[in-house]
Amino acid sequence: MEIVLNGETRAVGEGATVSSLLEELSLPPTRVAVERNRVIVRKTEYGATELAAGDRLEIVTFVGGG
Amino acid sequence: MGIRYNITMDWSGENTLRYSRNLLVEELGERGQERLFGSSVLVVGAGGLGSPALLYLAAAGIGRIGVIDFDRLEITNLNRQVIHPYASLGRWKADSAADTLRAFRPDLAVEAYPRALKAENAVALFRQYDAVVDACDNFPTKYLCNDAAVVARRPLVHAGVLRFGGQLLVVVPGQGPCLRCLIPEIPPRKDAPGCSEAGIVGAAAGIVGAWQAMEAIKLLAGIGPSAKGRLLTVDALAGEATRLAVARDPSCPSCGDRPRIAEPLSPADYLQERSCNA
Repeated sequence: MEIVLNGETRAVGEGATVSSLLEELSLPPTRVAVERNRVIVRKTEYGATELAAGDRLEIVTFVGGG
Repeated sequence: MGIRYNITMDWSGENTLRYSRNLLVEELGERGQERLFGSSVLVVGAGGLGSPALLYLAAAGIGRIGVIDFDRLEITNLNRQVIHPYASLGRWKADSAADTLRAFRPDLAVEAYPRALKAENAVALFRQYDAVVDACDNFPTKYLCNDAAVVARRPLVHAGVLRFGGQLLVVVPGQGPCLRCLIPEIPPRKDAPGCSEAGIVGAAAGIVGAWQAMEAIKLLAGIGPSAKGRLLTVDALAGEATRLAVARDPSCPSCGDRPRIAEPLSPADYLQERSCNA
């Protein structure tokens, strides 16, 4: 199935979760926030949050300059 | 929230005129203006964000302003750090910014700290002010600001900028999420370019820094809904500002129910990894 990740279409397997997606992207869950369909996903729910076709995900990071 | 209003507004002389345009704003009025005059704010960093934030906080009539920055002014700073005159090149930014503020507001109480904010001094310093503006330029210090604000129970107006925009989050300890609720660990250096690597258009820092001043003014005057729990993202190239609801995480290492980070803060918590291979 296809999701939209940071504005770009991406194929993920059936049963993919936020956790498995981050693993695929080699992103440690403690270093990013994940927004799914305009709502931040709680870190404790990454493993249980299954992705659905058409989901819009954003990997949110902080901006460090000042 | 422990905002203290301890300085009496002097309505004599020119102050009525100086703040007359504030007074006309219904939500602010005399009551809000007196609160601003009786309040204090610490700005961490006198750079791209700190320059507009400091100027607008002073202009609004805040009674006492502290500015901490351990850098000296360099010529590469001048595309955005508009509080500093050219003649300040080579001076401590904290001292240069304080001089500009004093010239602009002779009655303002200004405290300049030309030194680094550290785990050892942050909490005690934050306790001397009613609110803190995080206008620094690196993640370890931003996370230190976050944790010290949580421990000292001071509202924090966090922001970061790069290129054409940035982010802003108001942290009100005990009332909403903090930085670590969203991203618990300091991003490694390779994922965290600063203005010296990725560049910054000065006006973008101006927008976000002025927005920080606005949020601090609202907090200190006790008006309006604050931006707590909403991560604001400004993309000035696209001409967009968006906001994202963020919730407090009960397992947050800083503001959670059983926080790992507590007083005294440990310097080891503010070291930044150079690689991502954690």
